[in-house]
Amino acid sequence: MSLKRPAKNQPEDFKFNSSSLEAANKIIANYPKEKQQSAVMALLYIAQRQNNNWIPLAAMKYIAKFLDMPYIKVYEVATFYSMYNLSPVGKYFVQVCTTTPCMIRGANKLVEACKEKISENENELSNDKSCSWMEVECLGACVNAPMMQINDDYYEDLDKEKTLDILDKILNGETPKPGSYRGRVNNEPENNRKTLLDVKNA
Amino acid sequence: MLKDQDRIFQNLYNDLGSDVSSSQKRGDWVNTKDLTDKGRDWIINEIKDSQLRGRGGAGFPTGLKWSFAPKEVGSRPHYLVINGDESEPGTCKDRDILRFEPHKLIEGCLLASYAVQAHVCYIYIRGEYFVDGQKLQKAIDEAYEKNLIGKNAAGTGWDLDIYIHYGAGAYICGEETALLESIEGKKGQPRLKPPFPALIGLYGCPTIINNVETIAVVPTILRRGAKWFSSLGREKNTGTKIFCISGNVNNPCNVEEEMNIPLKELIEVHAGGVIGGWDNLQAVIPGGSSMPLIPKEKCETLTMDFDSLVAEKSGLGTAGVVVINKDQDIIKCMARIARFYKHESCGQCTPCREGSGWMWRMLERMAKGEASKDEVDMLGDVTKQIEGHTICAFGEGSSWPVQGLLRHFKDEIKRRNKFDPIVRENKNIPYLVDQHLLDKNA
Repeated sequence: MSLKRPAKNQPEDFKFNSSSLEAANKIIANYPKEKQQSAVMALLYIAQRQNNNWIPLAAMKYIAKFLDMPYIKVYEVATFYSMYNLSPVGKYFVQVCTTTPCMIRGANKLVEACKEKISENENELSNDKSCSWMEVECLGACVNAPMMQINDDYYEDLDKEKTLDILDKILNGETPKPGSYRGRVNNEPENNRKTLLDVKNA
Repeated sequence: MLKDQDRIFQNLYNDLGSDVSSSQKRGDWVNTKDLTDKGRDWIINEIKDSQLRGRGGAGFPTGLKWSFAPKEVGSRPHYLVINGDESEPGTCKDRDILRFEPHKLIEGCLLASYAVQAHVCYIYIRGEYFVDGQKLQKAIDEAYEKNLIGKNAAGTGWDLDIYIHYGAGAYICGEETALLESIEGKKGQPRLKPPFPALIGLYGCPTIINNVETIAVVPTILRRGAKWFSSLGREKNTGTKIFCISGNVNNPCNVEEEMNIPLKELIEVHAGGVIGGWDNLQAVIPGGSSMPLIPKEKCETLTMDFDSLVAEKSGLGTAGVVVINKDQDIIKCMARIARFYKHESCGQCTPCREGSGWMWRMLERMAKGEASKDEVDMLGDVTKQIEGHTICAFGEGSSWPVQGLLRHFKDEIKRRNKFDPIVRENKNIPYLVDQHLLDKNA
């Protein structure tokens, strides 16, 4: 269960802009008639994208009206799932995986780097309010451990130096290149590939 | 080692490109109509004969599951749901299928939908895989463009629509009924079974739920025949499987291999060996974090399939192999896994909600050596109180790894936690809190 709490300073009002509205209507069409409630998760994402990476309570009320469902049901969903940010997280939201497969390959070094560069504590905005970080559970890239996610992108095969580099870049407002930082191709065994060699050399 | 031509996922490392034309060159979408023309019963029987077992963790026979769908479509439509909520620590196989072999999955969806008479298929992808989901969406759009899905999909006369539904970071949504709740736009809390989803599932309609990998191997099995598939591996544990080898190995990787492959071969040949050499191995988690760990002595001869791991009181699960070497503190590793389960419990059943936290806190103290002697047995007792007392299998998933630790590393825990709260000698102190215990022992 997510332990996030709604932010103290909430905006008065929230409305989908035209592109969000279009995306929302497209999603609702994916589900059978009368089952538009299914779209609530996708709509929360759309609201989060429109509102600088976090969902205000006004957006939940708006979505409840939009889908003709009780507000509390939207609130329930928004607080149950951990990927909905209920308070501002900055333009760059860094999530460091620290579950066992990453932990035994040194994820704590990544956490140290985040503490040095971004903020002392988790879920705390950096000085320029552009960035925050948190420890998360398994992100499903265990063979690329240790790794972290910044917004939608995965940064894999990291160590402390490389993490510091990446964080420097995002604090300068750049978006570093996602993927492996040891130069390996996808999930193949580095320099030790024994399978599908014909395909590789083709 | 498995021959390259017997590998189903030729593009596992994306050497060839994942678009529809390069997939067609690899044999996807070739004469799909011929397969459906042989009829539903043929498809289901072929999958039954191939002895394909679900790749999502439980290993339920896929053909049998499909045969549970009602034979006639009544007033309620049928649904096919693909479970791509891959969140088990140690597992990252579905991600590569979504990224690099999306057309195998989409074609599998068509064949499976045809077999269970579904016109709508939802693919549930965990929210973190947003970028990979976009790649799958691109492949779905391509397939619509080429008329491979949609009305009269691939010329089979069957109509099929495929939609992606993103999760939002809840491990529990990998449980099939929680996944259905999530698609319905609710909290992901598992439902009581029965009724099983095959009869009452999504929106109360008959629903078949399969893992991404299970569905993605279906087209190849139907093309090359059940005989070919069942000739790989051994009886009841047939075919190939994508293994994810992570942790303290020199070359962590995903690799498709035959079932029943020796664990040692997997680690030494494909993953480049344990860091510090084989003798530096401490334990292996064979199938994702919910499967009990296996100590080094047994790793020498262990083969990786469903039944031989069950014989070792563990399981193949999702085949996410996590290698832990002697540089790691095994109790700490398990404490971290317990913390994962504490975080991910949906909170519906009390034994799991409370117990997962107890296990985590006890293990944290044990790692530091702050627990008392009695607590070691108490921890075992707590795991027994959770296991089997919850609605879904999360209770087992959270307590098995702890039981595995107690089974194989009890001595280590006891060595570190010698503290005995009971004062056994008479110290001649006027008042002692534990006096009654002392008297009893005297």
